[in-house]
Amino acid sequence: MTPDDFQKLATLLKSQSGLVLGPDKSYLAESRLTPVARNWGFPDAKALIRALVRREGKGGDSKLLLEVVEAMTTNESFFFRDQRPFDQLRDVILPSLLTSRGTNKRLRIWSAACSSGQEPYSIAMILNDMQHKLRDWRIEIIATDLSRPILHRATEGRYTQFEVQRGLPVTLLAKYFTQDGDQWRISEQLRRMVTFKVHNLLDGPGTLGRFDIVYCRNVLIYFDQATKGKVLEGIAANLADDGFLTLGGAETVLGVTDKFKMVDGQRGLYARADGTATALKGAPGAAGQTGRVGAA
Amino acid sequence: MKCCLIVDDSKVVRMVARKILEALQFEILEAGDGQQAMQACEQTMPDAILLDWNMPVMNGIDFLRQLRQHAGGDRPVVIFCTTENDMAHIQEALGAGANEYIMKPFDSDILESKFAQVGLL
Ligand SMILES: C[S@@+](CC[C@H](N)C(=O)[O-])C[C@H]1O[C@@H](n2cnc3c(N)ncnc32)[C@H](O)[C@@H]1O
Repeated sequence: MTPDDFQKLATLLKSQSGLVLGPDKSYLAESRLTPVARNWGFPDAKALIRALVRREGKGGDSKLLLEVVEAMTTNESFFFRDQRPFDQLRDVILPSLLTSRGTNKRLRIWSAACSSGQEPYSIAMILNDMQHKLRDWRIEIIATDLSRPILHRATEGRYTQFEVQRGLPVTLLAKYFTQDGDQWRISEQLRRMVTFKVHNLLDGPGTLGRFDIVYCRNVLIYFDQATKGKVLEGIAANLADDGFLTLGGAETVLGVTDKFKMVDGQRGLYARADGTATALKGAPGAAGQTGRVGAA
Repeated sequence: MKCCLIVDDSKVVRMVARKILEALQFEILEAGDGQQAMQACEQTMPDAILLDWNMPVMNGIDFLRQLRQHAGGDRPVVIFCTTENDMAHIQEALGAGANEYIMKPFDSDILESKFAQVGLL
């Protein structure tokens, strides 16, 4: 594809999904779009992009465009990714909300850009392991992504041997998975705890309702500053006063929005700047060693 | 420096695992079967044991049962590393006192992730 084709693709991709294609990603685009092109009967990625641009002028081909965007997403994920955000859920976030919500006993959790489901299922495993404290609580986990094929995989809950060995302790594999051919399937009990929905972060969380806990991890890194700010402000507007936001290891609110403040001593964990959320005293902090998920 | 005993009857597997674990700052000992591994443990108890299942002379699960009976044998973190990749074997390993379980083929990401999970890194 020519630099001009690539530029047109980058513009379409950014307007549809926020994803920014760096100038060195021409090879990546070519290799990801070639299968889509073949599927749609185009000789190559270049022809596909040109058709897309032509159709854009005539009102657009939303089906083709969506497939192109889906093909350009990076879906890497693993169970208990980075560990800390999940320790924080058990040791900081839930203890705080269990106190502030003691009377209405409802929580809504959003895994935004959930990819193949490892993030919401990791959350579900933690909640399930804390059952004794959550007995009459109503907890919803809503997991969303822009990509329909990846959500289909997430809903199915089938993982390869490689995927169940990255981040997932074997005790949790034994507890929550069954073998299905050469794949491992997560239990129906956990699948029923998570509701998967197609959702574009550029549309804001409006239609999804208000949340108490938001995991928005390893997706903002693909956006430019303005898009990051817009997405984070949408999340802030739909986050409960006492709610929490967790970002990925390479992501921050600093210099992007002033709607969030960092939770003291808890890396990667944020609360609304005008909100009431706090880490309870005695929560394992930056200096303290946090326990491990699934440890006896 | 932490010490890891690699128990596998394949020289190639031992070499691959050694390379990865040395890069993670482990001192490495090797054994080619369960009996050699038991002798190595009687000399010095390692901090960690990476353990194959099927081996001549003494297999991995028999070695693990003996080790856990042995004085000081409750201390090493034991991570199975085997082609046995079904739930029945995993349950049997956990029942015998294994701490983690790697299904071959493995790569450095999996090895590192498992060693981190059991608190060795
Ligand atoms: C690298 S994965 C992150 C998965 C998981 N959150 C984690 O941390 O492991 C990024 C995901 O963001 C999704 N994504 C990209 N742009 C999006 C958008 N505008 N709206 C919703 N999801 C988007 C991609 O489809 C992909 O599955």
